[in-house]
Amino acid sequence: MEDNQKKIRVSVWRGGEDGTFESFQVPYVEDQTILDLLTHVQRTVDNSLSYRFACRVGMCGSCAMQVNGKPRWTCRTLVRSVIQDGELKLEPLSNLPVVKDLVVDMKPFFDKWQEAKGRFEPSDSPVTEFVPIKPDDKQRQKADEAIECINCGCCYAACDVVELNPNYLGPAALNRAWSLINDAKDFANPERLKAVSGDGGCQNCHTNSQCVARCPLQLNPTRSIAGLKKAVSLATLKGEI
Amino acid sequence: MNKRIEFKLWLAHRLSAMALGLFVVVHLAGMIIAIQGGLSSAEILQRTSGNYAMGLFYSLFTIAAATHSTIGLRTVAREVLGWGGMSANFVLIAFFLFLCAMGISAVGGLVL
Ligand code: HEM
Ligand code: SF4
Ligand code: SF4
Ligand code: FES
Repeated sequence: MEDNQKKIRVSVWRGGEDGTFESFQVPYVEDQTILDLLTHVQRTVDNSLSYRFACRVGMCGSCAMQVNGKPRWTCRTLVRSVIQDGELKLEPLSNLPVVKDLVVDMKPFFDKWQEAKGRFEPSDSPVTEFVPIKPDDKQRQKADEAIECINCGCCYAACDVVELNPNYLGPAALNRAWSLINDAKDFANPERLKAVSGDGGCQNCHTNSQCVARCPLQLNPTRSIAGLKKAVSLATLKGEI
Repeated sequence: MNKRIEFKLWLAHRLSAMALGLFVVVHLAGMIIAIQGGLSSAEILQRTSGNYAMGLFYSLFTIAAATHSTIGLRTVAREVLGWGGMSANFVLIAFFLFLCAMGISAVGGLVL
C-alpha cells in the first residue's frame, strides 16, 4: 500500500562535525510531524540513526534541530508546514558541538545557564515570612512569560551573536536570569546582575530578535535581555555593583 | 582587570548616545536662531569669541562624539573584522584622542 503513496525526500545529517547528508525516501502521511518521520526512518530503514526526544508534546525541549535551515522543535512541527519543493533537510542544532547525526552536546548551553546564575537561590537565613506573589504583581508579570522556557535551545541556535562570540551567554540563559531577577523569593542579587554583565553578558545582544522569531513558545528573550541591560545599568550607575 | 569593563563601555556608549541626541537638538536650535543675524564667518566669530559657555558645550559635544564613535567602532572592529585585543584598543584610544584634539582645537579657534 505504501508503494503508491506520495513520498518525500529527506536529507539527514549523519556522523559528527565532519559528517555528510544521507538521503531517505519516506512515505508522506497527512499530519505527520518531523519526529514521526524520523521514527519511521529509524524503525524501518536504519536503526543506527540518532536523534533526541522525550515528551513528544512540546514540553521537554529535547527534540530541537535545524529543519530546512531553521531551528525548530520537531515533535510539534508538521512536515507539511515546513516542506519545500517536496524536500526536507534535517541537521543538528546550530552553535553547539555535534555528537552524532542529529544529536548535539547541550553542555555549553547549560553551562551558560549556570554561568548566568540561572539557578534559584533561596535566602541564606531561614525564611520566617514568605513573600506573597500575586498574579497581578508588577515584578511577577515581568517574569510571567520568561518562566515558560523549555530549554529547547532554538533561540541559542538562531542567535548570530552566539555564533560570532562563543562567550556570549545567549538568549535562553539571559532570559532565565531575568525570570529569577524578578522572583521576590530569590536572593542571588546583586551577584546575578554581575554574572549577566561579564564579558559574555547581556550587553553583547544586538536586539535583532532572531531568538524571538525562532522560539517555539513565542517567548521574547530580547525583551528580557533589554530588561537586564536596564537593571544592570541602573545598578552600575548607583554603584550597587 | 575589572571583569565588567565590557558592560561599562557599552553603558558609556549608550549614555554618550543619549547626550549626543540632546546636543544635536540644542545645536540645531542654536543654528536656526544664529543664522537670523547673517551667515558670514566674521559674524560667526564675533558671536563666538569669548563665549565660554558655548565653548564648554561644544567641547562636551566633541568628547561625547569621540566616546560614542570609538566604542561603537570597537564593537564593529571586533564583530565584523574579528579585530580585538590590545592592538585594536591601542589604535582606538589613539583615534579617540585624535577626535578630541581635532574637535577641541576647532572649538578653541572659535572661542579664544
Ligand atoms: C550624533 C549623533 C549620534 C547619535 C544620536 C547616535 C546614537 C546611537 C544609538 C542610540 C546607538 C545604539 C543603537 C542600539 O541600541 O542598537 C548607536 C549605535 C552605534 N553608533 Fe551612533 N549615534 C550618533 C553618531 C555616531 C557616529 C558619528 C558614529 C561614528 C562612527 C557612530 C557609531 C555607532 C556604532 C558603530 C554603533 C553600533 C554599536 C553597537 O551595535 O554596539 N554613531 N548610535
Ligand atoms: S536579540 Fe539578542 S539574544 Fe536574541 S538573537 Fe538577537 S542578539 Fe541574540
Ligand atoms: S526561550 Fe524559547 S527558544 Fe529559547 S530555549 Fe526557551 S523555549 Fe526554547
Ligand atoms: S520531544 Fe519534548 S519538546 Fe519535543
